[in-house]
Amino acid sequence: MTALAEERKTVGRSSSSHAIAELLLRFRELGIVLALVLVVGGTTIDNHRFLSLTNVQQVLSAASIIALLAIGETIVIITRNVDLSIGSVLGISAYATGELYHHHPHVPLALVFLLAVGIGAAFGVVNGVIVTVVRVPSLVVTLGTLYVIRGIDGAWAGGNQVNASMLPNSFNKIGYGTIAGVPYLGIIAIVAVGIATYAMRTFRTARDFYAIGSDPEAARLAGIPVGARVFLAFVLSGAIAGLAGAVWLSYYASVDAIAGVGYEFQVITAVVIGGVAIFGGSGTVLGAALGALLLNTINSALVVVNVSSFWSQAFAGGLLVSAIAFDRLIAVRVAPALRTRRRARV
Amino acid sequence: MSDLGFQPREEAPTTEQPARSRLHVFVRWEILLLAVLGGTIAFGADVSPYFLQSTNLFYICLNVGEVAIMALPLTLIVITGEIDLSVASTLGLTGVLMAELFKHGWPIWPAMLAAVALGVVLGAFNGFLVTRIGLPSLAVTIGTLTLYRGIAQGILPTDTIGGFPTYLTKIGVVPIPGTHLPYSIAFFAVLAIVFAVVLHATPLGRAIFAIGAGQEAAFFAGIRVKRIKFWLFVLSGAMCGLAGVLWSLRFASARYDSGSGLELFVVTIVLLGGVSIFGGRGTIAGVIVAVAVLGCLQTALTADLMPAQDQNIVVGALLVASVIVPNGGDLYRRARVRLRSAAARRHAAAAQAESQ
Repeated sequence: MTALAEERKTVGRSSSSHAIAELLLRFRELGIVLALVLVVGGTTIDNHRFLSLTNVQQVLSAASIIALLAIGETIVIITRNVDLSIGSVLGISAYATGELYHHHPHVPLALVFLLAVGIGAAFGVVNGVIVTVVRVPSLVVTLGTLYVIRGIDGAWAGGNQVNASMLPNSFNKIGYGTIAGVPYLGIIAIVAVGIATYAMRTFRTARDFYAIGSDPEAARLAGIPVGARVFLAFVLSGAIAGLAGAVWLSYYASVDAIAGVGYEFQVITAVVIGGVAIFGGSGTVLGAALGALLLNTINSALVVVNVSSFWSQAFAGGLLVSAIAFDRLIAVRVAPALRTRRRARV
Repeated sequence: MSDLGFQPREEAPTTEQPARSRLHVFVRWEILLLAVLGGTIAFGADVSPYFLQSTNLFYICLNVGEVAIMALPLTLIVITGEIDLSVASTLGLTGVLMAELFKHGWPIWPAMLAAVALGVVLGAFNGFLVTRIGLPSLAVTIGTLTLYRGIAQGILPTDTIGGFPTYLTKIGVVPIPGTHLPYSIAFFAVLAIVFAVVLHATPLGRAIFAIGAGQEAAFFAGIRVKRIKFWLFVLSGAMCGLAGVLWSLRFASARYDSGSGLELFVVTIVLLGGVSIFGGRGTIAGVIVAVAVLGCLQTALTADLMPAQDQNIVVGALLVASVIVPNGGDLYRRARVRLRSAAARRHAAAAQAESQ
C-alpha cells in the first residue's frame, strides 16, 4: 500500500483525474458494492418490503447460481477466450441429475454432485480440446456446442419433466434450506468464490491464466504451456457449470429441456460488470460474483418498482454494453498515467 | 483488433510457397462444399420422394431466405476480422417495430421502411461502439444481442401481432409467378450479385480484404479502416431489418422471440462458405453454396421428421466442423513438425551420449 501511495504521488502531479480513473480501475469491487447499496437503498425507500428476509434470500439464491457460473466464465475470459456453452451445460447437467434421481431415488448426495461435475467437465474437455488442439476461436466452437449440447438435452428430455416429487427431500432442501437466515445456495457460492479467489491469487497455474490473457505470445515465450492452461480453463468452466446444474435443480426443483437457456448472456454480463476485462488478462472472481449479485438485485428491484419484468433482459443488455464501454474509457484515461509512471521509474 | 477467443497462431513452420498452398486449400474447400451439397441432396431424395420435385425448391428457398440475406453483410464483416452476433435480435426487434407501427394505424409500406431504418440505427450503434469507442465486436454484439432482444420483449412481451395485408403475407405461401422461387430468395439473388461485384471487383472489396489481412498495414496504405467497418455494421443492420420485414410477413405475425437463435445459422453459413474466421479470406460464391447446403439439409432433415431442436445438433456440429476442417491441414503439419523435432532431439541426445 505504501508503494502504491508513493507511486501515486509521482503520478498525482500529472493529473488528478487520471488518479481517479485508476482508483476506479483498481477498486472495481468497491464500485459494485457502492452501486449495490444505491440500488438497494433507492428501492427500499420506494418499497420497504424489498429488504424483507424472503426477498433478500430469494435474490441471494438466484444470484448464487449465476455467481457460480461466473467463476468458471471469469477464468475462461481471463485467458482471452469465451465459453458460450455454459447455459446448455447447466441444462443438461440439471436434467441428468433429475433423471438419476428419477430412476435411482436413493443415490447418495455426494455421488449426484460428482456426476453433475463430471458431466460438465466432460463437455469442458470437448470445448477445450477443440479450442486448443485445433486452434479455432473459442467463440465459434462454444457457439456451436451451445446448440449441440442443448440439442442433445432436447433429444434426451423430449417433452418430459422431472418434478419436485421425484426428488428426495434431502436434495430439495439444498435449494430452500437456510442457516441463520443465509440460504445454503448463498453459502455454497460464498465458499466457492472464496476458494477460487484464493486459488487465483496464489497458485502459479492460476497466474498463468492472467499471463496468457495479457499476451498469449509473450506467455508462450516465457515457457507457459498455453494450450494446457486454456484447456484447463475450459474444463474448469464446464465442471463448474455442471455443478451449477445440480444446484439449479435443487433450487427450481423441476427441470425440462429448456433449463438455463440464455444463462450464458447473464453470466457474461455479470462477469463484465464485475470488472473482468473482456480482452483478457485482468479481473477477479470476487468482482464477477458481485456483478452477479448486482445484476440479480437490479432484476428484483425492477419488479419492486413496478417496471415490467419483461424489460429485465433489455436492462441486462444495456448494462453489459455500458460496462464494456465504461471499462474501455477508463482504460484510455489510465493509459497515459501508466506511461508517465513507467518513464518516472526509468 | 478483436481477437477475443482467438488462439495465437504459430507461424506455419513450412517451406512451401504460402500463396500456392492457400489457393490449393481454397479450391479444395469449394469442391468439398459442392460434394457436401450433392450428398445432402442425395440424402433428401432418399428420405422423401418429393424432395427433388420442383415445388420443393420453393420450400427449401423459403426456409433460408432471410438467413441468407443476413449472411451477406456478415460475410464482409467476418472478412474484415470482426463479427456481428446481434443479427437475429435485430431481425426480431425490427419485425416487432413494424408490427407495432402497423397496429397503431401506420400503413404497411411506411412501417416496413421504418423497420429497415431501425435496422440501420441498430447497426450504426454496433458500428459506433466498435469503431469509435474501440470495443471488440464480439463483446459488443453479445451485449446488443441481449439488448435488442430485451427491448423487443419489453415492447411486445406476450402478444403476437398479425393482420398484415394478405397481398404481402402471401410471400410465405406463393412463389413469384411463373417460377418456383419465393420472394425472399429473389432479394437474396439480387443482393448476392451486388455483394459479389463489390467484394471481388471494386477497390472497396480489395480494401475489405486488406483490412482482414492486416488492419494496421491497411491503415497505413490509406484505407479508411474505421469508416469501412462502421458502414459494414450499418449495412448488416439494414439487411437484418429487411430480413425482419420478410420474416414477419412470411409468418404473417411478429413476436418478440421471432428468429431467436438464428445467429447460429447465419454464422454457420458464413464459415461453412469458406470465410476465414481470422479474416482476410472468403468468397460470396462459397457463401451461396453454403446457403444451398443449409437449405437442403434443413428441408431434408425436416422431411426425415427430425424435430427442430435436434436439427440444431446437426447445424451446430456443422459450424464446429467448418472451422475445424480448414485448420486440419495446419494441425497435421504442426504434428509432423513436432514429431520430427522430437526425433531430432532424441537423435542429438543419443549422439551426445555416445560421444561422452
